[in-house]
Amino acid sequence: MSDARTLFEKIWDSHLVGVAPDGTTTLYIDRHLVHEVTSPQAFEGLRIAGRTVRRPDATLAVADHNVPTTNRAAGIADPESRTQVETLEHNTKEFGVEYFSMDDIRQGIVHIVGPEQGMTQPGMTIVCGDSHTSTHGAFGALAFGIGTSEVEHVLATQTLVQKKPKSMRVAIEGMIGPGVTAKDIVLAIIGKIGTAGGTGYVIEYSGRAIRELSMEGRMTICNMSIEAGAKAGLIAPDDKTIAYLKGRPMAPKGAAFEAAAAYWRTLPSDADATYEREVVIKAAEIAPQVTWGTSPEEVVAITGRVPDPAKEMDTQRRAKLQRSLEYMGLKAGTAMTDIAIDRVFIGSCTNARIEDLRAAAAVVKGKKVASTVQAMVVPGSGLVKAQAEKEGLSQIFLDAGFEWREPGCSMCLAMNADKLQPGERCASTSNRNFEGRQGRGGRTHLLSPAMAAAAAVTGKLTDIRTFKYESGK
Amino acid sequence: MDKFTTLTGYAAPLPMVNVDTDMIIPKQFLKTIKRTGLGKHLFSEMRYKNDGKLDFTFVLNRMPFKDAKILITGANFGCGSSREHAPWALLDFGIRCIIAPSFADIFFNNCLKNGMLPIVMGERDVSEMMREAHDGKEFTIDLERRRVIRPNGAPVPFPIDDNARHLLLNGLDDIALTLEKTAEIDTFEDAQKKTQPWLYPAQTSPSAPPAPAP
Repeated sequence: MSDARTLFEKIWDSHLVGVAPDGTTTLYIDRHLVHEVTSPQAFEGLRIAGRTVRRPDATLAVADHNVPTTNRAAGIADPESRTQVETLEHNTKEFGVEYFSMDDIRQGIVHIVGPEQGMTQPGMTIVCGDSHTSTHGAFGALAFGIGTSEVEHVLATQTLVQKKPKSMRVAIEGMIGPGVTAKDIVLAIIGKIGTAGGTGYVIEYSGRAIRELSMEGRMTICNMSIEAGAKAGLIAPDDKTIAYLKGRPMAPKGAAFEAAAAYWRTLPSDADATYEREVVIKAAEIAPQVTWGTSPEEVVAITGRVPDPAKEMDTQRRAKLQRSLEYMGLKAGTAMTDIAIDRVFIGSCTNARIEDLRAAAAVVKGKKVASTVQAMVVPGSGLVKAQAEKEGLSQIFLDAGFEWREPGCSMCLAMNADKLQPGERCASTSNRNFEGRQGRGGRTHLLSPAMAAAAAVTGKLTDIRTFKYESGK
Repeated sequence: MDKFTTLTGYAAPLPMVNVDTDMIIPKQFLKTIKRTGLGKHLFSEMRYKNDGKLDFTFVLNRMPFKDAKILITGANFGCGSSREHAPWALLDFGIRCIIAPSFADIFFNNCLKNGMLPIVMGERDVSEMMREAHDGKEFTIDLERRRVIRPNGAPVPFPIDDNARHLLLNGLDDIALTLEKTAEIDTFEDAQKKTQPWLYPAQTSPSAPPAPAP
């Protein structure tokens, strides 16, 4: 038998605390990110049982889901949201965990903060009580979302009880065409394998199109692994990964960095390693994507049309497509580019990093948001916001008629005051188009930042490849 | 945690695929800092009309299903967000067992941590049982013998891994069991400190300078 191993197997094998005869594994967790929504009951559980946090040094907390994106000085108006954020602050103080408060420039969406601070490193196991923890896989870290009971388990023991997932490779071969982004790649993958296509698997993304992506683009890909049902997404660390991490506050320094980097270079999958499932997609065949329905798998090329449920043979699936059409207020056969929108949301842990804002700003520069559209940009962190302001991106957005907000999860899940009204249709750079996700009755179309920006200008879903704008380059 | 041995009760049929956790418990109810009290918000957007009144076309608002202890539903149940509020809401409503052709991973694990049993069964068994459930007859779940007893008395076996079954049958606290392995965790950390010393300690001081430009 070959002893060639995948990136996933190398990380898994190096974190085994114990394995029971039935395969139940106690897995060591290197880093734990905590936010206000999924942690209060976990800290309460520790308190009741008289337990402590095993490694406060390996734990970082930040409030992101509930925070307002307007006037921060006014505090949080909603009493329940305020209580939840205050509870996090209190819990982190009591248990000795570092906390980035709402006024800290380092505050932001937890999955943007971790990499930005250099907390996320190759070869690590990373968890958070949030499904989009898969984002950190872009660095070659095994990162996955957990529930609150598991948050409590990690706080108390720095381990998790797990079954070994299977592994899948998704290769994106060749180069993507102009106007096609990481978001389009991952939406195309989900369209191909389905929203449960990755269930039980860790997906490793490979191929030239993936290697050519920036770290930001790779994070967008891994972020949406969970929308394909996967346990985690992974991309092998390389020179770009190492260059990104160098000098970040929580990354190792000096000789320790060199030692770490030498280890990180041993992590990529061995050439003859095998996977339980392999999927190959030709990059050249990926057009800019946009969802039409209420599941991320309900996606088509922008040049496509709303599908006809009558063509689906399976009765339950046909019922699902029919329900999606009705919820979205769409007719089968409508060209995607004929769909008018009311709102634009540029933000979320999927697409609120500096590269995303640069791409969107390049599209709107010198243009105006359509009179029928309300558009907003919510940077992923205080540092992204400051960088965008330094580069003049915020002014481009403001001049075009966008709102420029404070960092947080915002209208990706609409837990704070930012939400759609019933029936409103939104072009959104976020990750989920579920019923009610952006507000009860709200209708979401997922797309890339550049496509969202173009939709804001034209007032309808637009093919970025035919939209005339001064190139950002 | 309550032990799960056998469970007898009505099974509510919900013939939908890809039921996501936003649907099970919408975000406005995630602001709680407690585990209990979420049952009244379970499937809120389908259970209540825009004016806040109960929608009696929804299965859980009808007799006898408003007393259901079991839910029978479509593939990929519980996809999306990791919110444990989803199983908490089901449990608070009174549902302790969900039968489906497949589940999303995080939701599946979250159920087990709350003394709830997610049962994976073939599409054909699920649709047959869904039809029987419609008639408002009782099902029995026998975890000890790993089988569902249908209203017609026919037993249907289901798979569950030994460890999960053991924890459910005995109502065991996972954390207490892991804490018994503290010496092994110490040993792991001592070894990792030697091979990857840069991982210890993890944090810089809170006064550390902010990250460089992204």
